Amino acid sequence: MIDRKAQTRKNLISLAAVLVFLALVLVLDQTIKPTSKAYMLLTVLQKGSVYALAAVSMNLLNGFTGLFSLGHAGFMLIGAYTYAIFTIPSDARDTVYQYFDAAVRVSFPETLGGALGGFGTALGVLLAVLLAGAVAALFAYLIGLPVLRLKSDYLAIATLGFAEIIRAIFQWKKLGPITNGSNLLKNFARCSTFKLKLGETTVSLSTFVPVLIATLCIALIVLLVNSTYGRAFQAIRDDEVAAEAMGINLARHKMLSFCTSCFFAGVSGATMAMVLSIAQANNFKSAMTYEILLMVVLGGIGSISGSVIGALLFISASEWWLRGLDSGTFLGITAPTVFRNGFRLVVFSVIIMVVVLFFRKGIMGDRELPEALRKKTKRGEVSGNE
Amino acid sequence: MSERQSVLRLDHVTMQFGGVVAVDDLSMEVGEGEIVALIGPNGAGKTTAFNAITGVYEPTNGQVSFLGAPVVRNHPQGKMKKQYKGSDAALYANEPVLRPTPDKLTALGMARTFQNIRLWKTQTVFDNVLIAKHMLKTSSFLSATLHANRAEEADQRAEVAALLEIARALATKPKLLMLDEPAAGMNPQETAELTAFIGRIRTEFGMTILLIEHHMDLVMDISDRIYVIDFGKLIAHGTPEVIQNDPRVIDAYLGVEEDA
Repeated sequence: MIDRKAQTRKNLISLAAVLVFLALVLVLDQTIKPTSKAYMLLTVLQKGSVYALAAVSMNLLNGFTGLFSLGHAGFMLIGAYTYAIFTIPSDARDTVYQYFDAAVRVSFPETLGGALGGFGTALGVLLAVLLAGAVAALFAYLIGLPVLRLKSDYLAIATLGFAEIIRAIFQWKKLGPITNGSNLLKNFARCSTFKLKLGETTVSLSTFVPVLIATLCIALIVLLVNSTYGRAFQAIRDDEVAAEAMGINLARHKMLSFCTSCFFAGVSGATMAMVLSIAQANNFKSAMTYEILLMVVLGGIGSISGSVIGALLFISASEWWLRGLDSGTFLGITAPTVFRNGFRLVVFSVIIMVVVLFFRKGIMGDRELPEALRKKTKRGEVSGNE
Repeated sequence: MSERQSVLRLDHVTMQFGGVVAVDDLSMEVGEGEIVALIGPNGAGKTTAFNAITGVYEPTNGQVSFLGAPVVRNHPQGKMKKQYKGSDAALYANEPVLRPTPDKLTALGMARTFQNIRLWKTQTVFDNVLIAKHMLKTSSFLSATLHANRAEEADQRAEVAALLEIARALATKPKLLMLDEPAAGMNPQETAELTAFIGRIRTEFGMTILLIEHHMDLVMDISDRIYVIDFGKLIAHGTPEVIQNDPRVIDAYLGVEEDA
């Protein structure tokens, strides 16, 4: 039933494609200068990878496990803050926490960098990213205990509420020594400073690092979805009663999916802090969750490559292709002054409506990229007299 | 009954939804290696009895015992502590008294099919069976993720859905297989094939089977014993010959000869 050779070949092709893409990003990172017009491409890649990871992690929960959760901005916030707090260097700490006495007095990149040199700095950043995911997953576990008993809309409302509460708590003055209150966190390890020194030459990694993090995490999620646990998640989505009757522990598997999804949301939050160079609770509003949900829906619920495509298209359109509409020129056409400032969002909304109308199931449906590129064979589905 | 080991035993099980008594004081027993049928008119409470046995519902009263140990806590004599025997005891040794959920009962060795076929529709035939084996997995979350076991798509045909549900249930390596109207929507020839198939499951796997079915040919052909319920109450029980000639069963369910 399983053609192992063909499967291995397909896996190798996918792996090669990913490696070529990463190499290309590394090359672009060196060749495109910040002053050039094409620099927008790098910005899109940076932000796009952050949102792609967030969208894929949301898809794991909403698309593959069937748990409709809207708490993603909250978990990204936790990730962003955890990352920022643990990578602020000691000499910058007093400038950042200007109204408070900083409680966390450890910086992973600095401590490890001091002990192990350049490699230690990288390890410190990696450790902070992993910690960001772990803290988000821990919060997810605590929230999940009561909340995962709820279903569909109720779960969505509960998680949405949680995200708003988290945002309020992180801005609370009493937590100032840790979160810096409503002031932003800055000066921590950020993308623009990531460089690799090879003798004389310096290799810029400012775009490569976020893209690499997102690629690795998305690859892990792909593996998870195809594993026996991933299949169990999909069984829960398709028919909970049957899944439970076949020995799948619903509470445990839902929790597992929730925590895993939030772990990657935390990592994506950390990467976002890295890209934006600041972390501020006010940025992680519920509107961000809706944006991510929109990417998931545009790409296709239940398709990982769909989420990535959705995220990249969304970011490209909002940051790059349609930006000209706000400043008055778009693709060489000068827009009437009436339309300036905000017209971009109008056009954007219209495009989204058109896409949703004509691609009812999103761009990819529930298919993945290699499958969609092959000849369009109609997939038969197991049918029953429901 | 005494010579066989009891696999499933119901003692005075009552399932009440508000004022409606769906299953009323039902007592029955299924011995090892037996095929037992549960029959009755529509709405008699057969599927509700299945759901009460498999943990989908918690019986309002009475006790369900599986492999000689009670699994459902409500009992006329008050709340029971669960007691498991043998290897199953280790599985639940430290469990507090909780409602046994379907997944736990499946882990003990109960597998079932559904009347309104409940396959995982977005999954392939092969995956449907594969997911049922998820319960028997030995690898942890992380190692399962890193050593993903990918499967190719398999052919899918609607007419094999009922058989696939049985295959999926068998993949959990059960000790008791519970079939809820497996022949629903099948023509006489398909029903005959299914009858032979169920017979094979019994002989090849030594499986104990509890069956709900409306196709009387199938039931009379294959069952060792039959329980008949009507309005939730047990009205008769015995071998197929006894049941076919029982006046109460004929009156309530089988009807007179020509439309039986």
